[in-house]
Amino acid sequence: MADSALARAVRWDTVVGALLIVVLLLSFGTVDGFGNALNLSFLIGNTLPIALIALPMTLLVVSGEIDLSVASTAGLSGAVMGALWNEGMTIETIIPICLLLGVVCGLINGLLVTRLGLPSLAVTIGTLAAYRGIAQIVLGSDAVTDFPTQYLDFASGRIGDTFIPYAFLPFLVLLAIAVVALHATPFGRSLFAIGANEEAARFAGIRVKRQKLILFTLTGLMASLTGIFWALHYASARYDNATGLELSVVAAVLLGGIDFDGGKGTLGGAIAGVFLLGALQNVMSLQDVSAQSQIVVTGVLLVLSVLGPRVARQISVARAGRRAASAPTTS
Amino acid sequence: MTHRSDAGPAPVLALKDISKSFGAVRALRDVSLELFPGEVHALAGENGAGKSTLIKTLAGVHRPDAGQVLLDGEPTVFHGPADARDAGIAVIYQEPTLFPDLSIAENIFMGRQPRRALGRIDHKATHASTLALMKRLGVELDPDRPARGLSIADQQIVEIAKALSFDARVLIMDEPTAALTGSEVARLFGVVRTLREQGSAVLFISHRLEEIFRICQQVTTLRDGALISSEPIDGMTEDDLVRRMVGRDLDELYPKQDVDAGEVALSVRRLTREGVFTDVSFDVRRGEIVGLAGLVGAGRTEVARAVFGIDRWDAGEVELDGKKLTNGAPSTAMAAGLALVPEDRRAQGLVMDMSIERNIGLTGLRTTVKAGLMDPRAERSRSLDWAVKLQVKYARIADTVNTLSGGNQQKVVLAKWLATGPKVLIVDEPTRGIDVGTKAEVHRLLSQLAADGVAVLMISSDLPEILGMADRVLVMHEGRLTAEIPRSDATEETVMAAATGRAAA
Repeated sequence: MADSALARAVRWDTVVGALLIVVLLLSFGTVDGFGNALNLSFLIGNTLPIALIALPMTLLVVSGEIDLSVASTAGLSGAVMGALWNEGMTIETIIPICLLLGVVCGLINGLLVTRLGLPSLAVTIGTLAAYRGIAQIVLGSDAVTDFPTQYLDFASGRIGDTFIPYAFLPFLVLLAIAVVALHATPFGRSLFAIGANEEAARFAGIRVKRQKLILFTLTGLMASLTGIFWALHYASARYDNATGLELSVVAAVLLGGIDFDGGKGTLGGAIAGVFLLGALQNVMSLQDVSAQSQIVVTGVLLVLSVLGPRVARQISVARAGRRAASAPTTS
Repeated sequence: MTHRSDAGPAPVLALKDISKSFGAVRALRDVSLELFPGEVHALAGENGAGKSTLIKTLAGVHRPDAGQVLLDGEPTVFHGPADARDAGIAVIYQEPTLFPDLSIAENIFMGRQPRRALGRIDHKATHASTLALMKRLGVELDPDRPARGLSIADQQIVEIAKALSFDARVLIMDEPTAALTGSEVARLFGVVRTLREQGSAVLFISHRLEEIFRICQQVTTLRDGALISSEPIDGMTEDDLVRRMVGRDLDELYPKQDVDAGEVALSVRRLTREGVFTDVSFDVRRGEIVGLAGLVGAGRTEVARAVFGIDRWDAGEVELDGKKLTNGAPSTAMAAGLALVPEDRRAQGLVMDMSIERNIGLTGLRTTVKAGLMDPRAERSRSLDWAVKLQVKYARIADTVNTLSGGNQQKVVLAKWLATGPKVLIVDEPTRGIDVGTKAEVHRLLSQLAADGVAVLMISSDLPEILGMADRVLVMHEGRLTAEIPRSDATEETVMAAATGRAAA
């Protein structure tokens, strides 16, 4: 039934893709100041932190886990970056250190989940608080802003007069890698199996714990990369950078049709969800909707995004049922 | 359908010319059935024959498209399961669903406990009523015991007691014995006989033919949704029944070929997992089918899990072709040539929402790969190849496995593992809950594999299967190997004696 054009038409990720296009077209037509290249580059640049973390988060949620500490890891990375910069280290030394720190943060989450068998939701709520606390200890209430101009320019500038930020190009490379990893490698295939039925995956010889540990570690790495980008993009390293970003990431990923219970979804859908959220936030800012109200919208989207794919699936199941009427089996 | 039409007792519940369709599929076509008080009536048929639909019609879950349900001869319409229950019809399922934290008595009287003043629950009365029910069934179970930890057999007894507390006159038992051991089956049959003597009508469904002959007086056979026959069981043979079920003569159910055993392929030495099994040693040779018998809970599945690496062992070692296997590492066991077809195909064998193709493909994630990427063509041809070899019946290879019947799902699990080209194959309850036709196919397949030099270890609670297929029978009792019986000496008696600990090792 997955092959029929009818069923594909109601697949949630295609719905989100279509929705993204509709929102973009409507915004071009009706929202003042939306369609110019500068605003579009802002839209993309401001959405990039969500998009970067959404890449590993998608893989993680497909495998049935979640990491809510990503925004704190990003904040911690930024804070450490600022502190080390204040110490007089060069940015070329600082960045690898921060990335390594992200790896450690992810590894801690991963070990707690895989070795101690704790639920990732609980573990990462804990580290969400812990990592943010450490960030505050490291940097206090300082804001470090005097990073080298060429880095700041790279993180906030765009290619000529186009709408494409420089940083979008490395993101596209990472996106391509993630798409291939999830949809075209044995590793990605094993993640779907783990998310759909972890026990059956284990019985098929898939190294479930190792795969999860790899995912949490990658997530930590990407979160810290995002933290570095955030500090440079906004030219400000503070302990509370990216606070609440995990909400946007999870909302976007679920909006893109990744099943919260694991085992289902496509990275294309997730990225469509990310940019749909980004576009809505951009439009709301242009319309002077307050930041608080934007959070409300994100929260509502999160709920809808859990609901939407289920409704879509039920519709497609009902249609398949009416078409083929799979026979009840005698067990 | 002419059976006892003029005189004698009237059927308490009957179906007359019932038809039921789901979309284009006609699950039941003009099926009639009469259940008499004091009679155990077998419902036989392969998977997909319409047994479930018929049960659900009796239980008020499905409304028939055509035909009548007759209660005491009067046409009735059940608007839902509650109507059927109020009419005195109870269904006992294979795996009961009790509230684990409530006591047996509370489970039985859930929602309608005897009350005292001020609406307080009368525990004494509940306790006494439960005791009375247990006595009626001839079973000793403590009414105050929590349901948690009860064996499936005991849980079924509780369900039966619950049905009696509703004054059920018709008991429908849907494969009640599938997960029971021999002695539990015997006790259940004792209860069924008691019910029969007390005038209940029982509809009994089982894939195990010998049980039908042991306990039933009448048998109705369905095939492809149509009624094939309804007749007394006296004078029938198993072959007669199988012919009605599958519509043709079945070649042997246990087509065991004689094979000369080769060198040792799997060697298990003094394997121990604390508190689970102790000091287990055995060999399986190439070309051999070794049966592993024992009661449920004897530790057979646990040994298989440890050998394959799902659980760690505490002491001992496992060698495959002379190479030691790593403790707790299924991936290395797989690479060494070991395959395990687990007992629970839905939870352990398959990813139910995944396609047939990808389920079979899961064991090939190392082989159907080109330059680090999945090779979809190689994966498809590998999966198709094995699905065809095992004659899995499916519409499209990309369909999810939950669209398949139980027997075909089991074939997909087998395909998934045979595709790895194993040297040693462990199968745990390979034919549980699948119909007799598919069962014979699975047996033929296992026999062929052994003939091709695969070492097969077969865990089974189905004693005729063990006796029919195994070259050698290992028996476990309470976590230890208690006997090794060559094919020539293996009988129900010798195996059961060892399984219950009555024989010296």
